[in-house]
Amino acid sequence: MTNESLFHYTLHLADTALVMGHRLSEWIGHAPQLEIEMALANQGLDFIGQARSLYQYAAEVEGKARTEDDLAYLRDVWDFKNTLLTELPNGDFGATIARNLYYSLFMEAFFQQLQKSTDSQLAAIAEKSVKEMTYHARYSSEWTIRLGDGTEESRIRMQKGIEDMWPFTGEMFVPAAYEQALIQAGVAVDVAALHAAWKQRVQEVLDEATLEMPADCWMQEGGKTGRHSEHLGFLLAEMQFLQRAYPGATW
Amino acid sequence: MMTTANIYDILETVTDPEVPVLTILDLGIVRDVQIIDDTTVHVTITPTYSGCPAMNTISIQIRLALMQEGFRNIHIHTVLTPAWTTDWMTPAGKDKLKAYGIAPPQYAAKPRTGLFDEPMVQCPQCNSFNTRLISEFGSTSCKALYQCNDCKEPFDYFKCH
Repeated sequence: MTNESLFHYTLHLADTALVMGHRLSEWIGHAPQLEIEMALANQGLDFIGQARSLYQYAAEVEGKARTEDDLAYLRDVWDFKNTLLTELPNGDFGATIARNLYYSLFMEAFFQQLQKSTDSQLAAIAEKSVKEMTYHARYSSEWTIRLGDGTEESRIRMQKGIEDMWPFTGEMFVPAAYEQALIQAGVAVDVAALHAAWKQRVQEVLDEATLEMPADCWMQEGGKTGRHSEHLGFLLAEMQFLQRAYPGATW
Repeated sequence: MMTTANIYDILETVTDPEVPVLTILDLGIVRDVQIIDDTTVHVTITPTYSGCPAMNTISIQIRLALMQEGFRNIHIHTVLTPAWTTDWMTPAGKDKLKAYGIAPPQYAAKPRTGLFDEPMVQCPQCNSFNTRLISEFGSTSCKALYQCNDCKEPFDYFKCH
């Protein structure tokens, strides 16, 4: 385990949180109901907060006097290590809820494990974040059930969201090389070990929602090591625009 | 020289910018105070929710309050662990919330994983328990939105966390 591995790992966690936060913020002004808008914005804010703690720690680990803002706003697509699932466009509400369901069920279990990390700062961030993920997991599960066991149209759209997001879920459970080293050192979470229980939880929600569990299929990968879909470029162009156009700008 | 008790008195004047009836001591976010000398003090705080945007404002207010008392070397540290919980909110804080029209957290904070269950929340206006959840996410991370079925008033609920 090296400092460099820890830096990459913390960036992976921070980038994933930031991209999720950004995607959720894109619903502001467009959500189906005002209460849904507040809920998605609140969840996005939780992710931005987690991202900030993680970027601050990553900067400290790197030790090159970069700040959380440098890391979030001045790195380009190939340097980002978020999972592919989080950079996918929001799509309709069904697709968003499907993505959020997969992600929040994963992250709840993930942070529960990360609390036991031998790295005290990661453990502290996990202890704080796991409570928030419990809310997210409940929200996504409840909406999956409402939409799945809803009208004919909501059912079709929710099932489509479940299917479309499915090929991007495998990546969450495949450790990158930098993760492997840290797993051995007790710093990182053994994500492969979370897969079976996660699938079980997804199955339970889909059963309650009268939806079909997607079939096993080829899983997309690469986000953790900087190989991204075309979507991330557009996301960063929007998110980073101000810092790129006015370098060093502050409030 | 000032004592830590004096510092806590000063910090009692710093209120939550979103819920101004609550002081940061009521909220339980002040974790430690260390006085080094007449001009140097360390205050340790912890955020309520990861993304709470009030923490910046609260830090600035703490700094200003201490500067007004003559401190020049003010160090504000943020810790994440142990994670903040509504269990640390003082009974006085809960009373102030209710008087302000926000239903205070009533239960010991523990993870709720049951789907579609709603904690029973009392209406801060008419005291009825016949209330319904509108949304688990309200105007701030810490609040949920409820409505009373008896007096019909909507109200914020400070979630048990």
